[in-house]
This record gives sequence, structure tokens and C-alpha cells, in this order.
Amino acid sequence: MTHGARSARTISAEGIARVEGEGSLRVQVRDGRVSELALEIFEPPRYFEAMLVGRHFSEAPDITARICGICPVAYQMSACAAMEDACGADVGERIAALRRLLYCGEWIQSHALHVYLLHAPDFLGCADAVELAERDPRALERGLDIKRTGNLVMETVGGRAVHPVNVRVGGFYRAPEPSAIAALAEPLRRARDQALATVSWVAGFDFPDVVGEYCFVALRDPGGYAVDRGRPASSGGFDLTPAQFAELAVEEHVARSTALQATLGGRDHYLTGPLARYALNASALPALAVEAARSVGLGSACTNPFKSIVVRAVELVFACDEALRLVEGYQPPDAPAIEVVARAGVGTGVTEAPRGLLLHQYEIDREGTILRARIMPPTSQNQLTIEDDLRRVVESGLDLGDEELQWRCEQAVRNHDPCISCAAHFLDLELERA
Amino acid sequence: MSASTRSEDRPTLAVWKFASCDGCQLSLLDCERELLALAGAVRIAHFTEMSRAVVEGPYDISLVEGSITTPDDAERILQVRANSRYLVSIGACATSGGIQALRNFVEPGSYAGIVYAHPEYLRTLETSSPISAHVKVDFELHGCPIDRGQLLEVLLAYLAGRKPVIAGYSVCQECKARSTVCLLVAHTTPCLGPVTRAGCGALCPSIGRGCFGCFGPTESANTPSLARRFRGMGVPDETILRLLHTFNAAAPAFRDGGGIATPVSVGPSGEHASEGAQP
Repeated sequence: MTHGARSARTISAEGIARVEGEGSLRVQVRDGRVSELALEIFEPPRYFEAMLVGRHFSEAPDITARICGICPVAYQMSACAAMEDACGADVGERIAALRRLLYCGEWIQSHALHVYLLHAPDFLGCADAVELAERDPRALERGLDIKRTGNLVMETVGGRAVHPVNVRVGGFYRAPEPSAIAALAEPLRRARDQALATVSWVAGFDFPDVVGEYCFVALRDPGGYAVDRGRPASSGGFDLTPAQFAELAVEEHVARSTALQATLGGRDHYLTGPLARYALNASALPALAVEAARSVGLGSACTNPFKSIVVRAVELVFACDEALRLVEGYQPPDAPAIEVVARAGVGTGVTEAPRGLLLHQYEIDREGTILRARIMPPTSQNQLTIEDDLRRVVESGLDLGDEELQWRCEQAVRNHDPCISCAAHFLDLELERA
Repeated sequence: MSASTRSEDRPTLAVWKFASCDGCQLSLLDCERELLALAGAVRIAHFTEMSRAVVEGPYDISLVEGSITTPDDAERILQVRANSRYLVSIGACATSGGIQALRNFVEPGSYAGIVYAHPEYLRTLETSSPISAHVKVDFELHGCPIDRGQLLEVLLAYLAGRKPVIAGYSVCQECKARSTVCLLVAHTTPCLGPVTRAGCGALCPSIGRGCFGCFGPTESANTPSLARRFRGMGVPDETILRLLHTFNAAAPAFRDGGGIATPVSVGPSGEHASEGAQP
């Protein structure tokens, strides 16, 4: 929508669609510079950190899963990690491997959803995946097929794709039968080939020439490309324990947002998610993913946020390959879960949700009752950096028409796959030019 | 960028989001094999999670996800209703208020102060309520999350002009159908199956876990009877209340915890929760 006036132009979009949640964007331009820019989030607050107080520590994985239907496994995994940290429990390698397989399923499902249904239509000038299907039915069918494989992994390990039921503090309710896990190999091999085709497909899109300056933060895991565990590390050089990171990352409540906004030490904003993981951990990717990245010219880091779709496709290759490795090496744990005995203390859990680092921290008493909960989702950590990206996109795109610039802004938000449901979720754009 | 130009005589489908996690909408996108066929049978006229294109109402079918928790949303649902021929609420948030209805059981305002430094920036209601508390709802599809097979059945039924065929019986019958041994009887595991709507396929009992009621109570749920049974098994009252007070906490048959005495410390402060205890 454009409101014309002699001296100023205001553009407002009735919604930046294809993100998970509700928000809006307001931009004011004066003399070719962005004078004010605010990504506003009005997802109704649901008060999870308050609802958790007084609950039993064993309830946190199921309750926090309900923060986000797109990445419930991330919430379950960070909650379990935090509780096990508080109680000094170690689930052992076999349960950890099964968790990682479940998590790969979520990465596959979520990345396929974002790449094909939410993000690719932007680059092809389509309003949505239905239009994409008219233009390129084979591409969309490939995307839906990859997504279905991700869901299949989640259903096989977790019991269902949205809000899995098989996860508990200490492990699982039941370990899947080896035959059920073995049956995942064939669809995962197909998905891995489809993911490789995805990399070539998205690398062929036209990308606006925008370079961001980022402080990347991602987990680092000596065991491989970090997903379900690791130490928070940054491109600025820090390498911290989860608890140290929890102390460094400070969240603020600002008037324009029901999502809290995180910075490092109250000063520097930072970016988590695929670009950050790739920049910090590309050397830990399996050979197939490294080759895929190299074949499309991705260097050791990617700082064009619009190319996040290429990095996400490379991560799809990784997630399929890693899931396949875990399927082939599957050995059911001796018991589906270890016993976790509550003890008074504080526990911190960090894992890599598809859209970025997700931190949970709980204080529990010796009965296991939750006294305090803190949840720092990826989108509240990325919000200030997304605003920074938007500023660059607007300033470099002032020669564009209102409608085109608005679409590009929406795209700049979608580059980071924000989950506004997580962060407190749909965007309205209001652009004022003078 | 323009909306689809294909024939405009297909029924229109709109999807609306209120306070929720997006998981139930995702169930629609999770109908991978049926999604394109569905998009051919209906015109997806408003679905912001999926599309930039917006077609003006009125809409033939509106799917509504989420609960009402803000004054703005209480207004918005009236417009959605006015613009919809059929309104179907989907998921535990839309049908019972969701997990966020736990605020209904504590002192007003006490949650906001725990999460936000500036509660004064927020405009929210003191309770989380289902869509049916605000407008007439043509059909309620339960579940946290909803089952995608059931969602397709509801859509197909409305497209065919018939009533959806959704089972009204309890999870127990699904356990019997899949020959799962009764956890309550054989293992004295607290299980909400007897009072919980079928629909999930009795997933939890099949993996040895007691049902935690995510599909909400059946219409004839005798929760007090089940709560007494749990007590008899030695389950502490607090645990019984927690079990009933999750994703469908505000559903009438779960609200008072099966008649278990004063609710205890299910809130940011045990004292407040007890004093301010609902039923």
C-alpha cells in the first residue's frame, strides 16, 4: 500500500508473509539515509518462563515444545540438556546419537519448508509455493518430498512430527526398533540426492549484491557440525561454556516488541543460524556437503544474507548425510532413558535450532520443582542484526519502486527464517520516505 | 506477485493465527502429498505463513488457530467471523485456550512481571480464552497439535457439504484397536486416556507413556472418577493437577483438576496460586 504525499512517501505492507508469527516493519528515510527503522513484533506474549515456574523439571520438554510448532525438537533438546546439566546427568553416546537423528529430522523438515515454501518464491517472483508449483512443479515436488522425509524421521524417532511425544529428560520413552530405523535409509538417500539438487537450484537464483558485517555466534562441537550440543563460540573469538554465554547474552525489553532483544554484554548485536554455523564450522561438514558448497562457489564464510538460502541448502545436504550415518550406525541404547535424579541447582542447555542458537536455563530445587526459567530463542538474538540488514537493504535499494523495495525488505527478514512465535510472529511494513 | 489468476469459482480458504505456536497451521503444510491437490480444490485466500497474496473476504472456510489473549485479537476474531461462511477452530489453543490459559489460574498480571521488564508496554487480557468464547464456531478440531488426517477430513467434509466424521470416543478405544496393553491397569501408570479425545491414534500408550491429554477431554469425560483412581494408585494430588493442567488446562472437564482439592503451586508463586485458586 502506498500513501503518496508531496514531500514524503509512506509504504506499508499488510504483512510480511511467509514467516512464522506476527510482526511489522516501520522505516523512515530522510535524505537517502534511514533515519528510523523498527522491526516490531506483536506476537501475543504467552509467558512461558512464568508458566514453567512451579512445574516439575520433567515437564519442561513438553511444555516448551509448544513455544514453536516449527522447531519443537529444538525446544525439547535444549530443555533436556539444561535439566541434565542441572542434575549432573550424562545420557551416553547411544541416546545422544538417537537425539541427534531426531534433531536432523527437524532440520530437514524445517529447512525444506523454509527453502521451498517460504524463501524460494521470493527469488522467482512468486507470491507463494502454489504459484511456484505452477511455474516449476518438479522443484516444489522435490521440496515437499525432502520435507516429508524429515517428518518421517521425526515420526519414527519422536512419535509425531509436530510436538513429538517420545522425548523425555534422560532420553526417550521407547527406543525405536532397528528395523524401523533401517527403513529410513532409503528415503534419506533419496533426500540427500534431492538436497544436492537443491543446492544447484538455489545457487542459480539472482541475489541482490548486499554484504553484511556480522558477529557470528554458533555452537562448536569437536564431534562434528554442531547440532545438539557444543560450546558457544563467536567470529569475534570467544569460546564459552553454555553458562558463561548465558551470562554474556543480555536481553532487553523494548516498547516495540513482545520479543526480548539480546546483545552481547548490552552492547553488540550478533547473528545465529545457518550463516553463523557455516562461518564457524564449515570445516566440520562432511565431504559431500563441502563439495556441494564448493561447487556453487561458497567460500569459507558467506556474508550476503540473501545467500542464506544456499547455506541452508548445504545444511540440508549435511542433515540428510548425518541422519543417514546415524541410521547406518544405529545401536539401540541399553535402556531408552537414564534415570535423572533431581538436585537443587542451575542448569544451562544450548542447541542449534534450524534458525539458530536456542538457550534454556533453569533453576530447580531438590524436588525437581522449577524455580526460575529463562529461554532465549534464536529470533530474539537475531532481531537487532535483522534490523541492521534492513537498514542496508533500504539504503542500497532507494532507487527501487515502493512495491519492489517493500518486497525486498520482506525478503531481507525472511533471509533469517525468523520465528516470531518463538520470539514472543507476520510483518507489516511501513516505509516513509522524505 | 499477483494472486493466482486461475478460475475464481473455487471455494476460498483462509487461515488465521491468534496466540499459538503455528504447529496446527504447519499441519496443513505437512499434508505434503495432498497440499497441491488441496490448492487445486480451494483458493487459498489468506494464509500468511504460506503466502504474500491476500484475497479479500468473505471466505468460504476459515481455519482459526490460537487463543484470544489481547484486546486487539478479541476485536479481530469478530471480523474473521463476519467474513467467514464456516469457521473451524483448530488445535488446543483455539478450542480450550491452550497452555497459555495457565494464566487464568494465577493472580492477574503476575506472569507478565516475571517475563518482561516493562509489563506496561504490553496490552494483554488477563485470561486466554477459546475462540468459542467470543464467536459462534461451526466446528472444533482438537489436538495439540491437530492430526493432519483429521484436518483433511474436516476440509473435505465442508467442501462436500457434509458433517465431518471425527470420532468422539476416548483414547482407550484407540489403544484397544491397536492392541496396546492398558498402562493404567497393567502398569499402574497414570494415563489420561479414559477422559481424552481420540484422534492421535493412542501414540503415547503405544510407547509406554501415559496419555497426557493433548487432545483435550471427551464430551462425557468423568475426570473426578479418574482422579480418584489416580489417588488410589498413590499419585500425589499435585501430580494429578499438573497432569490435567497442561495444554487443555482451561477445558471445563480439566479445569478443576478432577475435583482434587485446592490447586497448588501451579504458577509463579505457590502462595498466590493457592489463595487465588480457581474452583
